[in-house]
Amino acid sequence: MLFQLEGSQAVARAVALCRPKTVCAYPITPQTHIVEGLGELVRSGKLTDCEYINVESEMAALSVAIGSETAGVRSYTATSSQGLLYMMEAVYNASGMELPIVMTLGNRAIGAPINIWNDHTDAMSVRDAGWIMLFAETNQEAVDLHIQAFKIAEKVKCPVMVCVDGFILTHAYERVDLPTQEEVDDFLPPYDPHISLDPKNPKAIGTMVPPGYFMEVRCLAHKKQIDALNVVECVGNKFKEKFGRDSGGLVREYNLEKAETVIVTMGSVAGTIKDTIDELNQKGGKYGVLSIVSYRPFPAEAIRKALKKAKKVIVLEKAFAVGIGGILFQEISLALKNTKTEVKSVVAGLGGRAITSDMIKEYLNHKNHDDMVFLGLNKEVIERECRLLDKGSCDCKSSF
Amino acid sequence: MSKSSNPFAIVDDAGTSRANKTGSWKTMCPQYVHRMPPCNATCPAGENIQKWLSLAQEGKIRKAWEVMVNDNPFPAVMGRVCYHTCERACNREQFDGAVHINLIERSIGDIALESEWKFETPKEHSGKKILIVGAGPSGLSAAYFLRKFGHEVTIYESQIKSGGMMRYGVPRYRLSRAVLDAEIRRIIETGVKLVCNKRVTHLKNEIDNFDAVYIATGAFMAAKTDIEVKGNSCTVIDAVDLFKKLENGMDMPNLGKHVLVYGGGNTAIDAARTALRLGAESVKIVYRRTINNMPAHKEEIQDALKEGVEILCLSCIGMIDGNNVLVNKMDYDEENDILSVSGEKDIIQADSVIFAIGQSIDEGILDGIDGIAVSEKGVIEIDKNMMTGAKGIFAGGDVVPCKRTVTHAIGHGKKAAKCIDAYLNGVEITQNVKPEVANFKKLNTAYYKKVARAEIQKNQALSFSESDISLTERELIGEAERCFSCGNCFHCDNCYGLCPDGAIHKAEDGTLEIDLEYCKGCGICASECPCGAIKMTS
Amino acid sequence: MSNSTIGSRLSKKKNSVQSHYDRPNTLSSGHRACQGCGEALAARCAIDAAYHATKGNIAIVNATGCLEVFSCVFPENAWNVPWMHSLFGNAPAVATGMAAAMRAQGKNVRIIAQGGDGGTTDIGMGTLSGMFERNDDVLYICYDNQAYMNTGVQRSSATPILARTATTLPNAVYAGNEVGTGKNVPEIAIAHRIPYVATASIANIKDLEEKVAKAINIRGAKYVHIHVPCPLGWGYPTSETIKVARAAVECGMFPLFEAEHGKVVGSTPIENVKPVEEYLRLQRRFAHLFSKNANPQAVEELQKIASANIEKYKLSGGIANV
Repeated sequence: MLFQLEGSQAVARAVALCRPKTVCAYPITPQTHIVEGLGELVRSGKLTDCEYINVESEMAALSVAIGSETAGVRSYTATSSQGLLYMMEAVYNASGMELPIVMTLGNRAIGAPINIWNDHTDAMSVRDAGWIMLFAETNQEAVDLHIQAFKIAEKVKCPVMVCVDGFILTHAYERVDLPTQEEVDDFLPPYDPHISLDPKNPKAIGTMVPPGYFMEVRCLAHKKQIDALNVVECVGNKFKEKFGRDSGGLVREYNLEKAETVIVTMGSVAGTIKDTIDELNQKGGKYGVLSIVSYRPFPAEAIRKALKKAKKVIVLEKAFAVGIGGILFQEISLALKNTKTEVKSVVAGLGGRAITSDMIKEYLNHKNHDDMVFLGLNKEVIERECRLLDKGSCDCKSSF
Repeated sequence: MSKSSNPFAIVDDAGTSRANKTGSWKTMCPQYVHRMPPCNATCPAGENIQKWLSLAQEGKIRKAWEVMVNDNPFPAVMGRVCYHTCERACNREQFDGAVHINLIERSIGDIALESEWKFETPKEHSGKKILIVGAGPSGLSAAYFLRKFGHEVTIYESQIKSGGMMRYGVPRYRLSRAVLDAEIRRIIETGVKLVCNKRVTHLKNEIDNFDAVYIATGAFMAAKTDIEVKGNSCTVIDAVDLFKKLENGMDMPNLGKHVLVYGGGNTAIDAARTALRLGAESVKIVYRRTINNMPAHKEEIQDALKEGVEILCLSCIGMIDGNNVLVNKMDYDEENDILSVSGEKDIIQADSVIFAIGQSIDEGILDGIDGIAVSEKGVIEIDKNMMTGAKGIFAGGDVVPCKRTVTHAIGHGKKAAKCIDAYLNGVEITQNVKPEVANFKKLNTAYYKKVARAEIQKNQALSFSESDISLTERELIGEAERCFSCGNCFHCDNCYGLCPDGAIHKAEDGTLEIDLEYCKGCGICASECPCGAIKMTS
Repeated sequence: MSNSTIGSRLSKKKNSVQSHYDRPNTLSSGHRACQGCGEALAARCAIDAAYHATKGNIAIVNATGCLEVFSCVFPENAWNVPWMHSLFGNAPAVATGMAAAMRAQGKNVRIIAQGGDGGTTDIGMGTLSGMFERNDDVLYICYDNQAYMNTGVQRSSATPILARTATTLPNAVYAGNEVGTGKNVPEIAIAHRIPYVATASIANIKDLEEKVAKAINIRGAKYVHIHVPCPLGWGYPTSETIKVARAAVECGMFPLFEAEHGKVVGSTPIENVKPVEEYLRLQRRFAHLFSKNANPQAVEELQKIASANIEKYKLSGGIANV
């Protein structure tokens, strides 16, 4: 059924359709509306048999989910930015214990300087934590990915993080098609935990693992994620079969057949880019867009396949690694190693800086792209501040 | 879930740690031990006091009595007259007062008499005949044990009645004759041939009819003194003679109103208290050293003082002149035990003087028997197996060197019986190595609650009926529960409950076992064992 | 018999769970705790008691620490009950989740969270307070050995003043741990007005068992704080774990009490109050307080704490024999 909903409310209702038994709530902008929405659904009796727990921190939020999942029920929480960092220890813990928790990450910058607006730095900080990470482009996709996320998590025995751009999606009112409870129930059977704390069959979960076994545990975690590529794709196909929408899978291709230059990106900005290249392609441009839906596991093979005709790849991302550069850029470069495709890095939209069509056009109009570009930068400020920097001077020589 | 479905190294099955045998860590190893409880260690009769206390705690009075009479056929008597070295040794004395072992023994002994519990008569007969001379505590005890071994026993007793010093040395207000008679009867009923009023003058004439002889004639001869007695207005009598007359119902000497007793032992106290009961108005004990040096037991002294007996210490009778008794005051160098006349004198009026300065043995019986030696101290010399220099002739009790208490005599009787039995069977007695004593330091008293010792209730009236009252069964169980069980496990489960490694197993019947595969040797079990029944060894 | 032993052959009814020949042994042999470990003992006693009181319907989450490490090193798990370990500071929150999940499934499985003093009074304080405040149906058991023992005896907020740890080494200037204001977590628990708070000691197993058994069947948040001496960290012979625990109780340093809904409702009186010095002298971590140049004021400071406890929790009618 179609609704005009705020993104957060849409996500809340999608999560509710998945019948979680515990929902842990702790506020942080821009995620807060999601758990508010779920709270309302529980209190109004629309989501039944669900324990809604107001916790005292994000660390507790994910820890409660770890506890409830270990005790055998489907569990959900949501966070953003600093909150994700605050629960970081538990993030690794949840995946290490193979707990199929689903968590929404309302993507937001990380301070200092404190900033509540959208970018992907938070998600990038947990890219190696062993979670499956899915990025939504639209609120419809956010809804659909959450429904798929539980199925993937429980199939792979791995937590799934659904990344939804803060404000841009979470606070945007859009038209979304929400499936019915029956449809979701049919798609997502009740949770059958593969491990649980059962007095009749007592086991220890989360034991200390000495060096003699640890390497194998980690290697198995990697193999599991690689295998999960297949699961993500398969669940996406099943979802499409059932709901008629192509909103899952590993990557989303746009106009790649004829494209010479492909912009690779993640999340909601793909929409702006698609609009921009539509305009350019009408004037004879040969541009395409590749959105990464499954950031973890990283679909290197699918990416290589999708980009095999591209001459130039521009990786536009909302995060970067200080001291080295674009993160997705490095990963795409790695996926395209041994090909002749040229790969360029664009860092954009940090801390909520708008990414406009004009900016993208301006960038694409340049013939020769720098290896790395900060899009829409106030160059005057940078130049002024750089002049003030004591460039690389160091007393170490004089001290000898 | 089957084991194979566990995610590798994320989930682990229960109790798998048992594969890790932590016993290999230990450098010290706990071991259950049986240490000698101090009560048992000091009992002259060799009673297993702790064992019968433990049975009494469980309310198993009959069983407790059976354990008791395994070592001592006179529990009711001993419960009255024993000077209970056990209680002085009792570790509880350092905590909240010794367990009142003596009173419990008395009370159980009384229950046995009331219930008419009997000794078993021997089922097998050895065909050996033994003569016991003297039906005192030692002779009767020996008779009891020899009967247990299946031997034929004959006792010749010179007095009209059996019992020896139990009858003629212990006044009836301390030991009711009904109790004494009943306990003797119980022994005789096992098939002992007792002939009273038969004085053996020449043992030589008797020995050919027996395979072994036990001389238990005691020390009945009053010690001789050289105190000058002028005139006959003052009655002078020996304590033993006085008791004999009293017990045998003979004419009693007139003690008069003012009685002096000379001596400091239990006999002196008994004589003084007897004199009070015979109607004396004043009774004074004259003793050479200080009150603290009196060989008599403290409780006895206290009881006498309570009844009104006076004690004149550092005093020595010099002469009895009519009713004037000359008393020399003494100086006493306690450190070197040297007595000297101070020069100070006193005259005390007395109607009678009772001598209680010791007894000696009658050596006449030994005439004509080769090899039996009598020591300088006037007692028969015996070897470690209680045999005299004459083969097959054994001796015990007051005729041999010993402390001359009923308890020692009973102990001698038991030991002599064992030695005689071994002699008759031609075997050597093997001495068991005695385990170390569980002294107070070996205990952990943190687990014991302080409980007041049961005190003796007394009849206040001054008479010849028994002054002390036994405990009821409930009371005696309560008092028995105070036993620390020093040195022997009483199944408190501390070791089992406090082992951090679960390395002690308890069976359904309560049996405990240390599992050395897991014991890390921390030593908590040993240090938290209340009674010192666990030892750490390297 | 009125003796305070673990069991007694004379009065089987009043005997502790630890004396049962068929006790659950929830923490089984083969665990890797040091010799004489007070925590290992307390854990078995407490969890056995909970097991006994619930017919085995319990599940445990364990904070990181000695207990977690020594009881469960793959492939050797010493627990005979459902047990999990997540992190150092999140056990109360994990337990909240477990309790919620059990409730959601309609299962009557009682939830226990447990940890050492570090995991409880320091890093776990936030989640602990959250769990208390929400009155989640969890029994939290703190095994207090008064320092970070697992990492090699560093100071925690439960370390007594003036005690020596690896991070509070005494020297000519410093006399061990700082003399701060202290952090009384049982009192903090009481301040949350949760249904039940108790302190317990391995010197009194029956009391410990009774408190755990009572707590486990109460709905809502419960806190039991157990004093568990550590031979390695405190410096005393391995055989003296119980002796040291007993000394702590007998001098008033570790008061035994119970509180319900924010109020202290009872305490275990000390029969014969001992001076705190007797307790301190048993342990090397306080040895510097008795050296030649020691300031006698230091022992006084500790005595003040013990005396204040005695007064506050009404542990004795008499005055400490100081």
